[in-house]
Amino acid sequence: MFRKNKFQKLKEDLIEKLLFLFSLVSIFVTVGIVAVLSFETFAFFKEVSLLEFFTDTQWTPLFVRKHFGILPLLCGTLLTTLIAMLIAFPAGLISAAYLSEYASEKARGIIKPIMEILAAVPTVVYGYFALLFVTPLLKKCIPGMSGFNSLSSGLVMGIMIIPLISSLSEDAFHAVPMGLREAGYALGSSRLQVSLRIVLPAAFSGVCAACVLAISRAVGETMIVAIAAGQQPRLTFNPLVPIETITAYIVQVSLGDTPHGSLEYRTIFACGMFLFVMTYFLNIVSYKLRKHFQQVYE
Amino acid sequence: MNNVAFNITRMRASYGNKEVLKGITITILPNSVTALIGPSGCGKSTFIRSLNRINDLIPSFRISGDILYRQKDIYDQETDVVELRRRIGMVFQKPNPFPKSIYENIAYGLRIHGFTIKETLDEIVEASLKKAALWDEVKDNLKQNALTLSGGQQQRLCIARTLATQPEALLFDEPCSALDPISTAKIEELIHHLKKSYTIIIVTHNMQQAARVSDYSGFFLLGELVEFGKTQDMFTAPKDKRTEDYITGRFG
Ligand SMILES: Nc1ncnc2c1ncn2[C@@H]1O[C@H](COP(=O)(O)OP(=O)(O)O)[C@@H](O)[C@H]1O
Ligand SMILES: [Mg+2]
Repeated sequence: MFRKNKFQKLKEDLIEKLLFLFSLVSIFVTVGIVAVLSFETFAFFKEVSLLEFFTDTQWTPLFVRKHFGILPLLCGTLLTTLIAMLIAFPAGLISAAYLSEYASEKARGIIKPIMEILAAVPTVVYGYFALLFVTPLLKKCIPGMSGFNSLSSGLVMGIMIIPLISSLSEDAFHAVPMGLREAGYALGSSRLQVSLRIVLPAAFSGVCAACVLAISRAVGETMIVAIAAGQQPRLTFNPLVPIETITAYIVQVSLGDTPHGSLEYRTIFACGMFLFVMTYFLNIVSYKLRKHFQQVYE
Repeated sequence: MNNVAFNITRMRASYGNKEVLKGITITILPNSVTALIGPSGCGKSTFIRSLNRINDLIPSFRISGDILYRQKDIYDQETDVVELRRRIGMVFQKPNPFPKSIYENIAYGLRIHGFTIKETLDEIVEASLKKAALWDEVKDNLKQNALTLSGGQQQRLCIARTLATQPEALLFDEPCSALDPISTAKIEELIHHLKKSYTIIIVTHNMQQAARVSDYSGFFLLGELVEFGKTQDMFTAPKDKRTEDYITGRFG
């Protein structure tokens, strides 16, 4: 009896330790990534000043006359993100409001799976969809448009992000107590008034959290912009010309034959670090907003 | 028949195929308080929520029978539900103020009905808060979020919010069940005052409350209206054995 118990305890301890080890793996990986990023970024900034990085208006690390100004890349990222959000935010919000406040069980049963499919399409497919379908289509209406541009990648990225905003906003709407809707209807509100004047404001921080998360997703999106937006870092807000985003630049260098350890090679770590800080910040903001939203209805 | 608020004949209601009201016939007079009592789950809420069609929000809800308010069929296809709900206000069991300021809670109903002039809004907000006996407590903090008020204050705010849209009838579904005795007393007093100008129906499972505030009482049991009459008569000389058992606390 006694021995068996001891053995069992040993076994349980072992299992616990093993599980703990596995959970450590993800922590180690994260720490490792941040460490490598920091190390290479640090090496990069030993040669290029922070001032140049943030104020130079050209990004030409692969040319003979090298400039290391992140602004053109940042501009490209912001431009595609902005276009994407202009599509995804209204569409996602309307679809969430429809699903949560208007749709019958049956309609919801049809639309939600379609949304899930939209979310499950590989981004590379979206990329080629932008390049080979949306761009030629837009070119018919806008003759001066280039084959690579931020407009079609932004539009397609927006479509890709709709399900994210929709489902997170719908969760926020659902969390609004039924009693508030009843109060609204009992005062003689129409469905639209209840949705816009009661549910939406009550779910506001939840909806903001969804949006910030979507922005973070758009900023980090790689495949679509690498395929369809071009490879020309350019400080412009013209959506019709080729640009390059931070992520697309990283892809470009990673796939090229830039020698390891060189300054050119290190630019991708500096860019990666910059991107990481940006999305990390956005995720924190989103998390805080969600927390705030949950507290209101405890 | 002209001086009747609600005239209801053979009202049957169900959720899916579960019938919860099995033929209710009742007449409710204006400017009176009617209390509905009965054990929990017997259909009181279902009944009262049918009168302003708030139960329409529940997809499985079905209703039949003649349900008239001021001689008009509430469930007629032609009925303007928005107008109906404005005329028949409702206060719920759990205080449900909007997460907005005190002022905006009351102004909401006015705004959706097209009031925009600030002076008018200010006036009605003040008048409504006074009618709901809340003005003195909140007049200096109208911009404060309504969720910071106590439960009793929140419930009076909900009453004020309902009064602001100038309804004719008020439906109360256990308005005091989440409140302390002092707040309860305040709301009972309020109901007593409001009776002069409104037709009031109140659901309660507190029999003392029914006896205190109402002119007429109805006793619900398992989806049926077992007894209905003057409150005084029902509490002193109930006609039905089941009413007597319930009132004297022998079950429920
Ligand atoms: N939304 C609903 N869906 C299904 N059944 C319900 C719903 N609301 C109430 N019921 C059922 O209807 C019956 C009457 O409920 P209710 O009218 O709330 O009674 P009371 O207010 O007297 O406690 C109960 O058996 C309850 O379970
Ligand atoms: Mg009830």
